Amino acid sequence: MNALEIKNLKKTYKNGFTAVKGIDLDVKKGDFFALLGANGAGKSTTIGIIASLVNKTSGSVKVFGHNLDEDPDAVKRSIGLVPQEFNFNQFENVFDIVVSQAGYYGIPRKKALERAEICLKQLEIWDKRNEPSRELSGGMKRRLMIARALVHEPALLILDEPTAGVDIEIRRSMWAFFKKINEAGTTIILTTHYLEEAESLCKHIAIINKGEVIENTDMKGLLQKADEEVFVLSLENTPNEVPIILGCDIAVIDETTWQVSVLKETGIHALFIELNRLSIKVTGVRNESNRLEQLFMKLLSNKEEQ
Amino acid sequence: MFRKEYLVALQTITFKEVKRFTRIWVQTLLPSIITTSLYFLIFGTLIGSRIGQMKGYDYMEFIVPGLILMAVISNAYSNVVSSFYGSKFQHNIEEMLVAPMPGWVILAGYISGGVMRGLIVGVLVTIVSLFFTDLRIAHPVMMVVVFLLTGVLFSCAGFINAVYAKSFDDISIVPTFVLTPLIYLGGVFYSIDMLPMFWQTVSLLNPVLYMIDVFRYSILGTSDIPLVYGFSVIALFITALLVISLRLLSKGIGIRD
Repeated sequence: MNALEIKNLKKTYKNGFTAVKGIDLDVKKGDFFALLGANGAGKSTTIGIIASLVNKTSGSVKVFGHNLDEDPDAVKRSIGLVPQEFNFNQFENVFDIVVSQAGYYGIPRKKALERAEICLKQLEIWDKRNEPSRELSGGMKRRLMIARALVHEPALLILDEPTAGVDIEIRRSMWAFFKKINEAGTTIILTTHYLEEAESLCKHIAIINKGEVIENTDMKGLLQKADEEVFVLSLENTPNEVPIILGCDIAVIDETTWQVSVLKETGIHALFIELNRLSIKVTGVRNESNRLEQLFMKLLSNKEEQ
Repeated sequence: MFRKEYLVALQTITFKEVKRFTRIWVQTLLPSIITTSLYFLIFGTLIGSRIGQMKGYDYMEFIVPGLILMAVISNAYSNVVSSFYGSKFQHNIEEMLVAPMPGWVILAGYISGGVMRGLIVGVLVTIVSLFFTDLRIAHPVMMVVVFLLTGVLFSCAGFINAVYAKSFDDISIVPTFVLTPLIYLGGVFYSIDMLPMFWQTVSLLNPVLYMIDVFRYSILGTSDIPLVYGFSVIALFITALLVISLRLLSKGIGIRD
């Protein structure tokens, strides 16, 4: 059974803007699924429809076999949503926010208190439980929203840019947490602008552009489509003239730094052999951008050209 | 269909609402007590002693029911309109919209909060009135029933206002330009028998008049309008506002894109 099945989903807003133009999407149970797209592509509208925050114009949504139109309660019980914007009461304290959310899902108070404690401890904000939510840092607010989304133990967790605006340390710890709960059986749908995040976490990926799915595949398959990779090399010594290396395109950034685009068929190994032959010593190397980012940009620009 | 989970959700919203207005009691409970005390002091004690009797009662005794109900009306209304609009403004209404509970549970939760605040303020104002007059309640059960019905009616009205409100200004327009004139012209300070026939007829179009009249009957045992009319108008308005509120929720107007 699929965790999510979307068929021909359309959404046209009152002002006439069509945000979603007939999307079909299946997410397998247990998957870690990336839903990517530029700003305004239709990701948040799609997520809003799945989570019952946006009324769809047409199409069908099924979550674990439950049809949103026929059994919305069953759909809602299956979903935990971490929205893009902070959407909790800024005047309530952390513990009350999570306990109330459990209550909205019909969890009796005694059980709600226990679950809220577990979730806040998992997200490492238990010591902040009595603080007003407005006094939390950005990272803690994100973690509070994750704890709130998990309090009713959903089988499908939807993360709409869950790490936006948090520092790299917290982001990495959140990634580890998401991986853990995914391995424990929770299906996760992730939208993010950090493509490194999607590449690192997700097994499958769909790319939405202007309300349409333009790519829907597994992450490995998509990454294999990348035909070049860009590296930034730090050099100890540089030749007077920039060498010409077959399959590589070298751009000089400064006197000790080059940006090199390497075709996939050439490979970085061939580049280093050639540099070694030319007695150019490389002291450092890093990716200019990740492969997914390059593919993402390429797919979007291909679509623009069509 | 009613489920046990809905009851838990309803209790959660009610508990949250009560906690909200008791946490900020200086803004929510105290103002009505101070304002009504001033009314008692100025209109009842100072001016009232010169007015003499109205419908066979001291002026102070006559205005007490209307002032108590005025506090119930304004508190029930403002609790729901400010809380629900606040939830829309901060987007925490989404916490409820994503949860498996129907619209009527959300509405009932907010109404319960509004009724609770109206009831608490009503009781407090009634206690304060005892310092100014010797209040004897003729029909206590009816008094509680009118308290509750009025609370439900104006909580619904506050809810509808909040659904349509797009800014904080919008939630003060109706209380200022509609609710306050209706209350003041609803016979709080006078009996409609004192008005010329034309204005008596116009007054009968004011629904608040019926509520105040029925409430006055429950305390003093006298009324301007037959009780059956009073209760019918209250029932009619409650039904209409509940239907409108539920329709707004099911369509998602003002809360779902």
